[in-house]
Amino acid sequence: MSTKTLHGIFDDEEILLSSVKEIRANKIDIKEVYSPFPIHGLDKALGIKETRMAITAFIYGCVGLSLGALMIYNIMIIDWPQNIGGKPNFTFYHNLPAFVPVLFECTVMFAAHLMSITYLIRCGLFPGSSEKNPDPRTTDDKFLMEIEVDGDISKVKEILAKTGALEINEKDD
Amino acid sequence: MFTIDQKAKKFTISLMIIGLIALIYGFISNPHGAWPALLFNTYFYLGISIFAVFFVALQYVAEAGWSIVLKRVPEAVMGALPIFSLIMLFIMIASIMHWNHIYHWLHEGIMDPANEHYDKIIAGKEPYLNATFFIIRTIIYLLGWNYFAKKLRSLSILEDQSVGSKIHSMGISTSAWFMVFFAVTSSMASWDWIMSIDTHWFSTLFGWYVFAEWSAIGFTTIFLFTLYLKRMGYLNHVNENHIHDLGKWIFAFSLVWTYMWFSQFMLIWYANIPEEVAYFTARLEVDNYKFLFWFSMLINFLFPIILLMSRDAKRNNTRLIFVSCVILFGHWLNSYLLVAPGTLNTHGHIGFTEIGIGLGFAGLLIYITLNALTKQPLETKNHPFLDESKNLHT
Repeated sequence: MSTKTLHGIFDDEEILLSSVKEIRANKIDIKEVYSPFPIHGLDKALGIKETRMAITAFIYGCVGLSLGALMIYNIMIIDWPQNIGGKPNFTFYHNLPAFVPVLFECTVMFAAHLMSITYLIRCGLFPGSSEKNPDPRTTDDKFLMEIEVDGDISKVKEILAKTGALEINEKDD
Repeated sequence: MFTIDQKAKKFTISLMIIGLIALIYGFISNPHGAWPALLFNTYFYLGISIFAVFFVALQYVAEAGWSIVLKRVPEAVMGALPIFSLIMLFIMIASIMHWNHIYHWLHEGIMDPANEHYDKIIAGKEPYLNATFFIIRTIIYLLGWNYFAKKLRSLSILEDQSVGSKIHSMGISTSAWFMVFFAVTSSMASWDWIMSIDTHWFSTLFGWYVFAEWSAIGFTTIFLFTLYLKRMGYLNHVNENHIHDLGKWIFAFSLVWTYMWFSQFMLIWYANIPEEVAYFTARLEVDNYKFLFWFSMLINFLFPIILLMSRDAKRNNTRLIFVSCVILFGHWLNSYLLVAPGTLNTHGHIGFTEIGIGLGFAGLLIYITLNALTKQPLETKNHPFLDESKNLHT
């Protein structure tokens, strides 16, 4: 049996959300939902696992903190100790308050940049990558639900139509 | 309707009795040390109650929906504002009447060039720091705060009996005026009541520092009351999403406070200008305060950031209660350090008077709050964002 892909188009996120719940209640797997903006509660309704982004953020922050400490230690203590206002300059911990802004900024910079990069890699977005979006209208005012069906598609179509899809497109794989 | 159970009544009344004993004991054994103890405790609890007003006003001006189901809690906490305002006013009147020696700049002859106590720097501050203007300012702050508290409370009660959103828009405009008034007066009050103790010293972010402290303890108090009511079987619409939001505020404002603390400390430490550094040497070079200084700062920072960072932690009641108790204690210690070194020099120590008054005021605050909660139904009605609050997802 061939696998077919169904695209259900919606124009309201509330209708989409209830449709998602209805379809999943019928034990049909939804492959993906495309939306112009984040929909609150959609990830839960789709049964997607919780993001691990927070954990990566914590790790990146720790990396930034350590590298920042290493950098400032190398610059200000080992390589070129300077007498600034008579402050102690041969030990790291004596000078720690002055280094806190540097450590803080390094932490933030590493966490923010590496998180953005992680996100782009995870989404498969890089310069020259092809678009993943099946219908350009989902960047404007429509929502699209993608379902892969093995076998009988009429039942899925029926549920989609019943729960408020404006149009249902069929595609062979 | 909420009713106070006997256990809570007995508990708060015994706390108040401890406070009264501590107050009497303090003023008989060592009046010089009892005044600062009274001042810093009043500062702490007045901060909690005025912050509750700020919380209510903040929800109005931000048109925030999440907090409506627990709106009665901050409204009840601000019921304690009048009594702590009166205590603060009493301390200020006592200061200008020279019943105590909290404020160095109020000493007689300090602004008179012919007098042996003449201090040129303090004399230069006379247009702002003089007894008449000082007491007028204090009265303006306290009257203004109490006026807005009363107005917001009565609007909220009126809303329950009316239809439409007219009362709500009145609440928004009242809150907006309060925000403007509070932005100026909270800063000035912190200069007058706390910063002027160390008369020679000044810090431009002191008002923000005090505001951040009041925010941290205020959110903590509102959270603890909310959870108490929930445990007692009230506030059925409050769920883990609301607790999560309160947890976020506690976490955020603990970090804001640390940020302010560190910004003030680091700039002064780095510039190392004698007249500025004097404030920190009075705390760091004195054995009585040195430990408390670092200890209060570290627990106010490390406990929230380590224990409340993750999402699950902010939904864990036990952990939130633990952190709340720690930071309430930490900020109480920090309030002590704002007042004691400037008034008692190297002789300050935390004893029965300080702790006893603190417990007594806690009893007073809890009793007044619980009592205010019995006056109105805990469920609000007719608020335009009520449904949003009941269906909150975080």
